[in-house]
Amino acid sequence: MTSLLLSHFTATSCIGRGIEQTAASLRAQRSGLAPCAFETVRLDTYVGEVPGVDEESLPAQLKRFDCRNNRLAQLGLRQDGFRDAVQESIGRWGRQRIGLILGTSTSGMLATEVAYRHRDPATGALPADLDYAGTHNSYSLGAFARRFLGLEGPATVISTACSSSAKAFSAAWRMIEAGWIDAAVVGGVDSLCLTTLYGFHSLQLVSPAPCKPFDVARNGISIGEAAAFALLERTPADVSCGSILLTGSGESSDAHHMSAPHPEGRGARQAMEQALAVANLTPADIDYINLHGTGTPSNDAAEGCAVAGLFGPSIRASSTKGCTGHTLGAAGALEAVICAICLTQRLVPGSANTAQVDPAIGFDYLRENRTDERFRRALSNSFGFGGSNCSLVLERCA
Amino acid sequence: MRGASSTEAARPKASPELTAYVRGIGLLGPGLADWASGAPILAGEAPYHPCPTVLPAPQALPPAERRRTGATVKLAIGVAQQAIVSAAIDPTQLAAVFASSSGDGVICHEICEALATEERQISPTRFHNSVHNAAAGYWSIATGATASSSAVCAYDASFGAGLLETLLQIAVSGAPALLCAYETPYPEPLLAKRPVPDSFGMALVLTPTLEAASLARIAVALSDAPADRLPDPQLEALRTRVPAARSLPLLRLLARREEGRARIDYLPEQYLAVEVSPCR
Repeated sequence: MTSLLLSHFTATSCIGRGIEQTAASLRAQRSGLAPCAFETVRLDTYVGEVPGVDEESLPAQLKRFDCRNNRLAQLGLRQDGFRDAVQESIGRWGRQRIGLILGTSTSGMLATEVAYRHRDPATGALPADLDYAGTHNSYSLGAFARRFLGLEGPATVISTACSSSAKAFSAAWRMIEAGWIDAAVVGGVDSLCLTTLYGFHSLQLVSPAPCKPFDVARNGISIGEAAAFALLERTPADVSCGSILLTGSGESSDAHHMSAPHPEGRGARQAMEQALAVANLTPADIDYINLHGTGTPSNDAAEGCAVAGLFGPSIRASSTKGCTGHTLGAAGALEAVICAICLTQRLVPGSANTAQVDPAIGFDYLRENRTDERFRRALSNSFGFGGSNCSLVLERCA
Repeated sequence: MRGASSTEAARPKASPELTAYVRGIGLLGPGLADWASGAPILAGEAPYHPCPTVLPAPQALPPAERRRTGATVKLAIGVAQQAIVSAAIDPTQLAAVFASSSGDGVICHEICEALATEERQISPTRFHNSVHNAAAGYWSIATGATASSSAVCAYDASFGAGLLETLLQIAVSGAPALLCAYETPYPEPLLAKRPVPDSFGMALVLTPTLEAASLARIAVALSDAPADRLPDPQLEALRTRVPAARSLPLLRLLARREEGRARIDYLPEQYLAVEVSPCR
């Protein structure tokens, strides 16, 4: 696979709208997690809610897509001139030659959850104004973003739980590699909803406090929401210094359990090994790993095992979910963009909220930020239910 | 300057064909019990008598997992298993793409119902089975396949999106892959919002090169020409009502062992043309 240029990227989460705010929060190790006051949810937990999503108004001709997830998508697409960059790319390649591959786990599910509270008492019917295709269906995100951006190329939504939007990068890469498209909009959008908040709670995986990944006393995840996007194009010969490239991707399946990771992180290791092989790198070439690091005892232990086994004790790694929360289907794209921001700014990010690193972790888990003028390559991990794993390698051009 | 100039971009550029060889086929739907008995019906050699789809128990799963699975997982694993058996291929090394418009409709309904109550108690098993990639996860658990597996959705274009993703995986990896497209109906009240009448699933084992066991070569390209309609009105109704059944024009050509072009629905106003060349 020939490396791709992230010619444009953006991220919106509870730590900021767009790159500048996100970078400032990462520099300050500021967490956006706050006690849950979302919708009618009564759970003793913290969430990473993006402020102002409800105020986002969709264009009149796209009203059928109106739901929290697509509002968040639009809010994200409006940051950092991303939509303009896509328009420029349309001028360069043509709108049919730009693919759209996005990840989500629950899409606009919230719309249906709320509609179930307003069923017709006599017939049980859902309210007439619930637009299933426009909101609830996983592809609603793809259909909305495709029209919002004016794209006419191949489009799909990947929904493999928490690896969804990392896999979107891999799928788009294949499409470009095969010559089906010249560029792709990739990314992930997942928004708070009751299914995930109460669902993770039922699995006893939600922390009552802000999540503290890889802490000795970690006790669960904090759910967040995010919209993160990148515009991928073939790397030009004269790529400028400081540009960010996608150079590796690896995908695997645990083949172990629906909601628990393989205890030694077998599938995680396989995905990381494959990503390194595609990038033609050895473990020693990676400067930093953005861990999946959800903050549950078993997830972090399994990933820690895989990372220590493959990279050895000196690898620097952290999870940024202490800042953003676990943004589920958006996590892969969000954390790929966080890696891109950190590579650009030579910032090796520390882990917010983690007070005492689990002594069982056999590598250099970063609590504090570090600056490193030689920071060049980052690996980003995303693992999901169903044992779906994806690792990406991002590189800063020298 | 970077990339092509705008004058170049104005010229329409054709996507190169994506090719693969069909080595195994699985089929399950209303009045279509499996590929062996369904192929003559699709070929027009036997009459079509629609009756409700009967889902097999997923024998490939360990008993504990088998008890937890719903209709969607049963359907997907059923057709995937059929394709693997007919291809006589080891599934453990096979990348897999699962394509469907929705996840498990019954589970989704039960979760939404529970969330509309005061208690909001939802079952942990139901929750982890509600993910779109539940079938992909159970498939890898059932077979021990540790290769990449994906779960794609493009609403009514889900079959087309899955076919493309599978062919792209094969093109880039040079290794065989499994495509499984499936859909089960929602119960009411969601059924009224998404009226998929019954379960339908299909699976293909696809290889990058011609093999002794190859059934047909397929070559896929984007097309402006509308999808083929099926001669049998009831099969045509199935095609238009169930996203996974958008595959029927392709399956019909495969069943007829005929050289030809199947046009299938993709995104709105966009179609895929699949050239089919039988190998034996």
